[in-house]
Amino acid sequence: MTTQTLDSSAMDKSVSKNRMLYAVLLFLGLVAPLAIYPVFLMKVLCFALFACAFNLMLGYGGLLSFGHAAFLATGGYITGHVVMQWGVTPEIGILIGTLCSAAMGFVFGKLAIRRQGIYFAMITLALSQLVFFLYVQAPFTGGENGLQGIPRGELFGVISLADNMPMYYFVFAIFVLGFALIHRTIHSPFGQILKAIRENEPRAVSLGYDVDKYKLVAFVISAGLAGLAGSTKSLVFQLSSLTDAHWHMSGEVILMTLLGGVGTIFGPVVGAATVVTLQNYLSQGPLASWVPVILGLIFVICVLIFRSGIVGEIQKFAKKNFS
Amino acid sequence: MKMLKKLMCSAIVSAMAAAGAAQAKGISDDEVRIGYLADMSGTYSALAGSGGLEAAKMAIEDFGGKVNGKKITIVSADDQNKPDIGANKVRQWIDVDNIDMVAGMVSSAVTIAVNKVVEAKDKISIVSGSASSAITNQYCTANSVHYVYDTYALAHGTGEAVVQEGGDTWFFLTADYAFGHAMEGDVTSVVKASGGKVVGGVRHPLATNDFSSFILQAQASGAKIVGLANAGADTTNALKTAKEFGVVQAGQKLAGLLIFLTDVYSLGLETTQGLQLTTGFYWDRTPETRAWAERYKERTGAMPTMVQAGIYSSVNHYLNAVKAAGTDATEAVMSQMKKTPINDFFATNGQIRDDGRMIHDMYLAEVKKPSESQSEWDLYKILRTIPADKAFRPLSESKCKLVAGR
Amino acid sequence: MAELLGFPPQVLFGQLLIGLINGSFYALLSLGLAIIFGLLNIINFAHGAQYMLGAFVAWLGLKFLGVNYWVSLILAPLVVAAIGIALEKTLLRRLYKEDHLYGLLLTFGLALMIEGSFVHFFGVSGQPYSVPQALTGGNNLGFMFLPTYRAWIIVASLVICFGTWYMIERTKLGAYLRAGTENPQLLQAFGINVPLLITLTYGYGVALAAFAGVLAAPIYSVSPVMGSNLLIVVFAVVVIGGMGSIMGAIVTGLLMGLIEGLTKVFYPEASTTVIFLVMIVVLLVRPAGLFGKEA
Repeated sequence: MTTQTLDSSAMDKSVSKNRMLYAVLLFLGLVAPLAIYPVFLMKVLCFALFACAFNLMLGYGGLLSFGHAAFLATGGYITGHVVMQWGVTPEIGILIGTLCSAAMGFVFGKLAIRRQGIYFAMITLALSQLVFFLYVQAPFTGGENGLQGIPRGELFGVISLADNMPMYYFVFAIFVLGFALIHRTIHSPFGQILKAIRENEPRAVSLGYDVDKYKLVAFVISAGLAGLAGSTKSLVFQLSSLTDAHWHMSGEVILMTLLGGVGTIFGPVVGAATVVTLQNYLSQGPLASWVPVILGLIFVICVLIFRSGIVGEIQKFAKKNFS
Repeated sequence: MKMLKKLMCSAIVSAMAAAGAAQAKGISDDEVRIGYLADMSGTYSALAGSGGLEAAKMAIEDFGGKVNGKKITIVSADDQNKPDIGANKVRQWIDVDNIDMVAGMVSSAVTIAVNKVVEAKDKISIVSGSASSAITNQYCTANSVHYVYDTYALAHGTGEAVVQEGGDTWFFLTADYAFGHAMEGDVTSVVKASGGKVVGGVRHPLATNDFSSFILQAQASGAKIVGLANAGADTTNALKTAKEFGVVQAGQKLAGLLIFLTDVYSLGLETTQGLQLTTGFYWDRTPETRAWAERYKERTGAMPTMVQAGIYSSVNHYLNAVKAAGTDATEAVMSQMKKTPINDFFATNGQIRDDGRMIHDMYLAEVKKPSESQSEWDLYKILRTIPADKAFRPLSESKCKLVAGR
Repeated sequence: MAELLGFPPQVLFGQLLIGLINGSFYALLSLGLAIIFGLLNIINFAHGAQYMLGAFVAWLGLKFLGVNYWVSLILAPLVVAAIGIALEKTLLRRLYKEDHLYGLLLTFGLALMIEGSFVHFFGVSGQPYSVPQALTGGNNLGFMFLPTYRAWIIVASLVICFGTWYMIERTKLGAYLRAGTENPQLLQAFGINVPLLITLTYGYGVALAAFAGVLAAPIYSVSPVMGSNLLIVVFAVVVIGGMGSIMGAIVTGLLMGLIEGLTKVFYPEASTTVIFLVMIVVLLVRPAGLFGKEA
């Protein structure tokens, strides 16, 4: 990646342009459920958050995790369990689920960040397989039937989330919070150091940064946010199942991120929306049995032609033509 | 920027108008809409899948495509065996497309999730593909019917018959998940009640590719019967390996607890001969079953499994109930379906109980020897009929909230 | 009778033998992956799909052309290798300059496409393929009944594995290959056609997968999804052995077969998970794998 030098006026301009963009998107997010089926939107938001969390690792830390399904599932199961068994309110349930995922991320991270590249991917894959095994065995997950009938409950014990509209705005708020956290992280000094590590790890080390510590923190944040996505998803669908823990889910989130654009802030959102939409609409109709083939084809095309993904390509195009 | 605002405003207005229109259509509702949900591409796509959809379409066509002058439509979706995808699809079907009834449904996890949605939205689901007897037990709802078979029926049918014929010591190959455990538990209690005993078992992970180690353990156990409490690819792989290691020649017998016609067809009689199993339907049992199955085969190229036959029968029963009740309102149709006995090629005097279980005769079948088979699909001989009241879990043992305390 | 760990010794012997047979299977598959990784630096995620293709070519050949098992054993690997070579020449080749992870992602996509289309055309229930006449039956070894076909599997895979090892470590072609792994530019400078070498290597690795597929056809169901679950196990084997190490792949394959076999006796529920546990432990203790060189 090239270092970008912008003079301050251009910086101001781009900041104000960005503000405008965020305002428009926020507005669109608020009115979207009037036009589009809210449960579908909630699904998109959950997966978008999941992909954004994953992108923090791959796009900004240069670490390909092949085990992020474990965090999604952990968030979902823990939240489902505490909401059903302890009867806590949804926001507390989500908080507990997220914290558990982050804790698991700490353990994964401790073990995995000592290795790089493919070895890193393989260790995360192996660890997530162990987690999958754990969830098959553990009685509280309900085995392959999953946790069923998780109540959406009442937010802060007051606002009922049973209807789709309040639920949507709750999910949207969570998404905006998660997204803002990621945005803040990558634009902070911490994020800059992370990028420096991705570009040239030995140099970062020689500059005196404790590289492993930075990677670990990034991993924990990423795992926690993936857990947040899983927790929220379990409340939206009122269930939590082994699908989320399977390694195919880890593959799917890679696809979403790759398709949207690795290392771009909006890429994962666009990628997740595209994949979820495809799965949703293709599963009904003549192309139903071709879904895996189409997803595979998208993978191949992305890798060969659009390596920077939808958003990445748009950015390139915009840069070439408008600046 | 102004331009953009204007554009967006108009987009929102038109979108809201569209949403409003959709709701208005729902109120008038002059169509009976059926949603067919099944695994169309994965592990279980052979037993229901596109064949089940064809069966449902046949039922609608045979009904004349209309009920009380109103059109019957059907849409289908692939749940990919994923509960969240299935539940989401059905939620959308009901919220947006005003679906009245959901048919098909295979993976038990998907079914339980879908039934929760159907209950919350007060629509109807008729489950034909799933095995778990929990669907009408602890997960029962007033909005769902479990139509074809369940683990209780399979375990009791096969277990009792095998013990009665002298197979009184058992070794289990159990798939290590809830369905396998439930199946093993059900059979174990039947075997014990009939005077047999269980000498051991292994629990293997789902989708194990090599069964030779487990088959060796089964051989070493000395049990007379090796019970296969698993499904799909696991069962077929276990049967293949058992054949290879000469389990039957060495004097042990195999009992398949969940095997479909398509499994036997794909394994071939050489491997499966002598296997005893319980089924809710066999195409070559009566002239009526033959007539229907031949029509089905003409459309799909294969003979129907019990699930596919059950889908036809259940859709037909539902449409009859709509016709008789004069409405597609849930409560009226459900009570009509429950009070009308089912008499067609699939079931004789079938009855839907209050817990949603459709009880009908089940059949104990044995897979033919290659020398006995007359044609490509001539695979089973029916040994005996298990009467409806014996085949399924009695209401007195039910944990279903709708019938508890009776 | 004396008991070993609570099991009669003959039961344990039987399980170890079975473990060895499965291990020779893993060895064959991981060998192909290791060769491909060694020269191409690509994790071939399509290996499971290519294994499945091998079995399907054999099945289709028998069903439609009457090609018997023995011919398929040669023919199917060639056909699948040809497909692999076409993929390498048209697609994989473009990625050699990029990060290794892109190769993994591309082959992952290819695997999805291949398996998805086979599911569409053939369904998921397995297709029957019988054991060839000459290999039916079996022997009673006293502690277990050993089907002849299983004995054949272990012989055939070990011959291929060690033959491959010999070819790479002891012949001139193998020397080129090893040189190509170390320093392709230099080898090119010596007038060796490195791109061709790469293409042929990929073809050979794929052919090994297809060979394993044909071996598997009579004992497992020939189904489109037969490779997808095996794949990540084989990955683990390659990683444990040390990526790119030929001997590492073979020995680890056998070793993992044994470990898995024992797990199937003592804790069968974990038999598909144990390999990942081993992998984590090995990578933490020996980062480059059991037989790999430290980078």
